[in-house]
Parts: sequence; structure tokens; C-alpha cells
Amino acid sequence: MTEIVVSLPEMVSVSLTVNGSLQTLSLDPRTTLLDVLREHLDLTGTKKGCDQGQCGACTILIDGRRINSCLTFAAMYDGAQITTIEGLAVNGVLHPLQQAFIDHDAFQCGYCTSGQICSAAGLIAEGRAKSADEIRELMSGNICRCGAYTNIVAAIEQVVGRS
Amino acid sequence: MINFQYTRANDVPEAVGLIGRNPNAKFIAGGTNLIDLMKMDVEQPTTIVDITRLPLKQIEGMPAGGLRIGALVRNTDLAYHPLVERRYPVLASAIMAGASQQLRNMASTGGNLLQRTRCHYFYDAAATCNKREPGSGCSAIDGNNRMHAILGASETCIAVHPSDMCVALAILEAEVHVTSVSGDRVIAFADLHRLPGDTPQRDTSLNADEIITAVELPPQGFAKNYTYLKIRDRLSYAFALVSVAVGLELDGDIIKEARFALGGVAHKPWRDPQAEAVLRGQPAVATTFANAANVVLRDAKGYGGNTFKIDLARRGIARALTQAARGTPQSQSSKKII
Repeated sequence: MTEIVVSLPEMVSVSLTVNGSLQTLSLDPRTTLLDVLREHLDLTGTKKGCDQGQCGACTILIDGRRINSCLTFAAMYDGAQITTIEGLAVNGVLHPLQQAFIDHDAFQCGYCTSGQICSAAGLIAEGRAKSADEIRELMSGNICRCGAYTNIVAAIEQVVGRS
Repeated sequence: MINFQYTRANDVPEAVGLIGRNPNAKFIAGGTNLIDLMKMDVEQPTTIVDITRLPLKQIEGMPAGGLRIGALVRNTDLAYHPLVERRYPVLASAIMAGASQQLRNMASTGGNLLQRTRCHYFYDAAATCNKREPGSGCSAIDGNNRMHAILGASETCIAVHPSDMCVALAILEAEVHVTSVSGDRVIAFADLHRLPGDTPQRDTSLNADEIITAVELPPQGFAKNYTYLKIRDRLSYAFALVSVAVGLELDGDIIKEARFALGGVAHKPWRDPQAEAVLRGQPAVATTFANAANVVLRDAKGYGGNTFKIDLARRGIARALTQAARGTPQSQSSKKII
């Protein structure tokens, strides 16, 4: 008989404030923030597309900055403030970007949409995109395989114009 | 991904102490490349030393006019820093030409330097690759090599260094400050990345127990006559087929000082002193630019899928030198090449 040796990971304690609520977790250090959100906290609005930092579906805001949550180990972000698509609406009122995506019909299948909206929220906070060209360039980390780009840019322009 | 032990370092001595004792340990900062490689089992560290809390996040002007960039400064923070935008716009432009804003918000300065090639055979554990597994062979030489090197390659490896930022740092003649338990040293940028030769598994001259603490820029920033021209398969969020960073100093129409480097064509940002010498003292006209391109590409070699890059580089160099001489650098948002 062959002895099978299984090495168990040494768990890491991680505290995160997710959409305003403090969460303390004990995690396998391999756990990405994306998997914490989806598998541990049941926040499935953040999507797993490529899981390699190439599609942007997993975009969330950490301390107000947009990042790809699939390319993080949650342990590295102990103490961070995280905002996901579930945290953008306030008291049931849609975030201006969510309303703009509805106004402009800026999605088809919807799989990339939460990443698009979180990314656009980061873009507006950065304050660098003024023109449609600049929006397109600074949103290039979010792929839409339905090809809804024209309406996505229009929706973001609407909110950039008001901010 | 294999199991690993997660450790957090609180200062530089602790970080180098942890790495120095363990050959299977890796530092993690932005994580944008390392985590990807760990998911593919290309990198299999058994210990991860998290260095994100180290005090290496400052950008400081130096008394003599240079700039000191902490190794943990995020790519976005570097590109948008007022001193970089004003004095080193070629660096800001090159950073904004690479990756996506989400990745630039995560990626560190030191990590950008140490990122690994995106050769698909390097990433594919089922393929042979001398960089991933020395002695196994190179699948790219006779394979799909559209993205691969035309300069400085060897029979063992034709991978390219993927960074845009490093192409700008090459012409700025940055210095890389490193530390280990044995002390500090400074590496000239040209000596950091190496050619593959018969040891393609080594990307840089950094030792395994060393950490990059800062990148320093000399005062010369070429803020007036510069460009970063990146040519790729789609207009954004793609690696370069060929990129060109240029910095010129002009006296009327005469080129006083000239530096240019190529990205996407070699195992390191490619600078050639002989090609730059062709430009100095000459009028900033098309024939001068063509002469310089011919010199830098004199030993260029294609491998089938990437042979088109030789002509693409020739034209890209001429275009980039023209943009720099005219003071009309390539915009990274409006994609029209003028």
C-alpha cells in the first residue's frame, strides 16, 4: 500500500471591510479576494471570467481603487476596505452608473456588467477620463464579448459629464 | 496551485532575512504576474513573503535633480506623479501604454522590472521551455513565434521581456538599488536584464536573495523631444509587437543627444550605442532616422512567425524618431499614429 501524504495549508486570519461590514475569516492563503467574495461571503455579483487578469469581470474597488480581484491573495489585503457591485446602491437607490447602464442599454448577456460598472466607478474617482477616447482607453481592462462597447462608453460619458 | 506558507515582512531587513534562508521563497508585491504564474504552476514557491507593507512607497525629487522611486510605488501612481509627468513624460507615457488601469493600480515598480515573459510556451506546462525547465528545449523556435525576439536571441530561447515601462527606463538610464543580507548595491539599468544565452532561466542579474528597494532616475528627462510608440495586435491592453522609446536633445535641426530603445523584440529593452551614435551631430531628417534603424537592426533575425517585425521595427523607429524630433509624442488615448 502506498501512503498518501496530504499537506494541509496553514490557515491565515484575515479581516476585511466589505461594503461597510467587517468580516473576519480564516483562509487558506491561496484564496483570492474573488473567491472570498463569491465562495465565503456569497457576494456573487463579482464574476469570475478568465481568472487570469485578462477580462476585468472580477473588478472591485479596494480603498477606492479598481483592481482585478482574481490576481490577489486575500491575506495581502488584511484591513482593507472593499466595495463590490453589491455595495454601490445606497438605500435602494441605484448608483448613477447603474442607472446610466440601464438608460443606455449598456449590456447584453450581463456577465461583464458588474466589472464594467465597478471599473467605471474607479475611473470616475481617478478623474482622468474626459473624452470618449480617454474613457475607451482607460476602460480597456474590461472585455465585453457581446460587444456592447458603444453603449457602455455612452453610459459612462453620461456620468462623467455630470461629475 | 501548490500549498504555500504566507509570511508578512514589516521592514526590509526582515524581508531579505526571510528570503535569504529559503531558496523556495518568493516576494509578492502587486502579485499581478506571480499569482498568474502560480495558478499555471509555472512558479511553485513554498513560501510567500508579502512585502506590501514595507516603507518603499515614496517618490522623491533628488537634490541634484533626479528622482528616487520606491520599489513599491504602484504603476498608476508613478505615471500620474506631477514630477514624472513634467520631467519624465516618456516614462509616464510608456506606463500608460501597458496593461490595464486595474493592473497598473496593483503592479509595483520593482515587480514591473522583474515580470516574466508572456511566451505562451513558457506558460504552458505541457510544452518544452528552457526558461521554465532548463534543458527541455524551446517550443517557440519552430512554433508560433509571432510575439518573439528578433534581436539577441539564442538557440535555447527566443522569448522577449514584456514591459513597456522598462523600455523608457532604459533610455532614461535608471539605476536599480538592491539590498540583501550581504549589503546594498546599485545596478545600471542596462545591466539588470540579461540575454538568454544558454541560461534563459535567468531573466536578470539580480541574485535570489536580493530585493529591489528603489529605482533612481538621473536628471536628464527629455521632456521636450520624446515619444513612446507601441505597435500591437489590438489598440489597447495587448503586449507590444514592437515598441520604441525615444529621447532627443536638439540644437535647431541638429541632434545633440539621442537615445532610443526597442521593446517587444528582445530578452531585454534593446539599446544600441552604435545606432544612437549615428544620430548625434546629424540633422533630424528621414535619412538620418533610416540610417539609425538600419544599424540597430543589422543583426536582426526572424523565426518565421515574427520575421515581419524586422520591417515593422524599421518603420516604427523612423516614425518614433520623427514624432520626438517634431515634439509631437504619441498619444496613448487617441490611437492615431501621426
